[in-house]
Amino acid sequence: MSLDADEVKKIAYLARLKIDEADIPGYVSNLSNILDLVEQMNAVDTTGVLPMSHPLDAVQRLREDKITETNQRERFQAIAPATEDGLYLVPQVIE
Amino acid sequence: MSSRYHEKTIAELSAMLHAGEVSSVELTQYFLDRIKSRDGELNSFITVTEEQALAAAKAADERIKNGEAGPLTGVPIAHKDIFCTDGVRTSCGSKMLDNFISPYDATVVTKMKQAGVVMLGKTNMDEFAMGSSNETSFYGAVKNPWNTQTVPGGSSGGSAAAVAARLAPAATGTDTGGSIRQPASMCGITGIKPTYGRISRFGMIAFASSLDQAGPMAQSAEDCAMLLNAMAGFDERDSTCLDNEVPDYTAELEKPLAGLRIGLPKEYFGEGLSPAVEQVIRDALDEYKKLGAELIDIELPNSGLSVPVYYVVAPAECSANLSRFDGVRYGYRCADPVDLMDMYTRSRGEGFGAEVKRRIMVGTYALSSGYYDAYYLKSQQLRHKISDDFKEAFEKVDVIMGPTAPDVAFKIGEKSDDPIAMYLSDIYTIAVNLAGLPGMSVPAGFVNGLPVGLQITGNYFKESQLLNVAHQYQKNTNWHRAIPEDFA
Repeated sequence: MSLDADEVKKIAYLARLKIDEADIPGYVSNLSNILDLVEQMNAVDTTGVLPMSHPLDAVQRLREDKITETNQRERFQAIAPATEDGLYLVPQVIE
Repeated sequence: MSSRYHEKTIAELSAMLHAGEVSSVELTQYFLDRIKSRDGELNSFITVTEEQALAAAKAADERIKNGEAGPLTGVPIAHKDIFCTDGVRTSCGSKMLDNFISPYDATVVTKMKQAGVVMLGKTNMDEFAMGSSNETSFYGAVKNPWNTQTVPGGSSGGSAAAVAARLAPAATGTDTGGSIRQPASMCGITGIKPTYGRISRFGMIAFASSLDQAGPMAQSAEDCAMLLNAMAGFDERDSTCLDNEVPDYTAELEKPLAGLRIGLPKEYFGEGLSPAVEQVIRDALDEYKKLGAELIDIELPNSGLSVPVYYVVAPAECSANLSRFDGVRYGYRCADPVDLMDMYTRSRGEGFGAEVKRRIMVGTYALSSGYYDAYYLKSQQLRHKISDDFKEAFEKVDVIMGPTAPDVAFKIGEKSDDPIAMYLSDIYTIAVNLAGLPGMSVPAGFVNGLPVGLQITGNYFKESQLLNVAHQYQKNTNWHRAIPEDFA
């Protein structure tokens, strides 16, 4: 399975990763090699085999919908790149 | 009266603390000094928390004096920098989190604090635990104390190197595809990855959530048992944590091994295994025979697929987990973003290293529209088959043994440009994560002056048995007591 430069750029965009143009050929070759490795999976027929979602077949635990955590907004926002009036700031998205 | 505390195991240090032969403050200062004078050669720590450590040590001495101490009270250890530590930088080996001062403790850290354990600092690791050599860290490669030209293994390479050089008596690690066992093997220490769900993952920065599991890395199986006692247990904050009873892991250590059935998978002794490493493992198996164990040939026919399966499951889950790093709420944000998309893509592009980006992209591709069945679904089906192989094996044997890694530590830089070669160094450890089983690595000898680890895998929740099997070997051998000459 080999990918080309355009496919790698599309994947990078989907993953929200900026990749320098100069690094694209390296990713093309590395990702293609990894997908070649992964292709070995096709050697085994898995028709009818159930996918494994938890090693011990545990199911999702649910809890009652009640407040358990206290608000620590100031603490959490102290480590944010940019905040104002308790809100997170990002570049303007609406004109 | 010797003050060579670095030659002591945790069990020994614990006895000395309780007998009043040494205080926690003295011990903590001793190891802080050792880190200060020797870690320049290894780079095994990212952050040393001297002030907090001495304060915690003082509190521990108080507890010991007041008779409120447990076995680990006052013992200093290091935490892998993947565990969130309140008020202390938690970098996960990444530029993305270089400025991240965690606002809370991981459950493992909380439990250690409750036990009175003193944290010396945070150890170096492959970025986001993605790597097998500790070369992908933003903070630079860690060196193996047995030969500083070679890697310590990864991803818990800083923890392994620090314990091997006795800069810390023990450390925590995490294991997604071998990240406790493979570096333990390469650095000549003892490490255990418990059953998936045995230890809470809360506050442990997520890589591949269906595989990640924390565990102790120490000098002996006995020390691992003592640490596991403090780490294991149910936590409502981790939805995959299992609510099984936690036994006293030290209780079965002295059980004799007569009649133990050891399975030897033929797939773990085939092509790709260094003949010198194989010889060391065969010698260890002979030792077990002397202890009354029976060696039984077994097969794990689908284990050869574990590397390909892992490189779908782990990247897929990591691409989802690492989507949280967006430059908005914490962590790295690029300078002067022109718009929101520019901020996301540049913050992530600049904040993550090459291997992390590779895995995010493989995972993104595998999960993208139209490919889900061919990749993720297929891998989860194969996971079932790999897991069924183990189930069948454990009907015939009690534990499974083999080499932890196909070879001893390799040279720094040797595999860093070849991801596939790097991935294959986890070829014997990955299947255990895919099945969710507990596994250990135990020092079993040397090849060219570099340590070799024996891997012991057990059935679900059989940690006590694994530790017993390892402890009996360590009572009859001295490999685990060897310290690199330069750090003796």
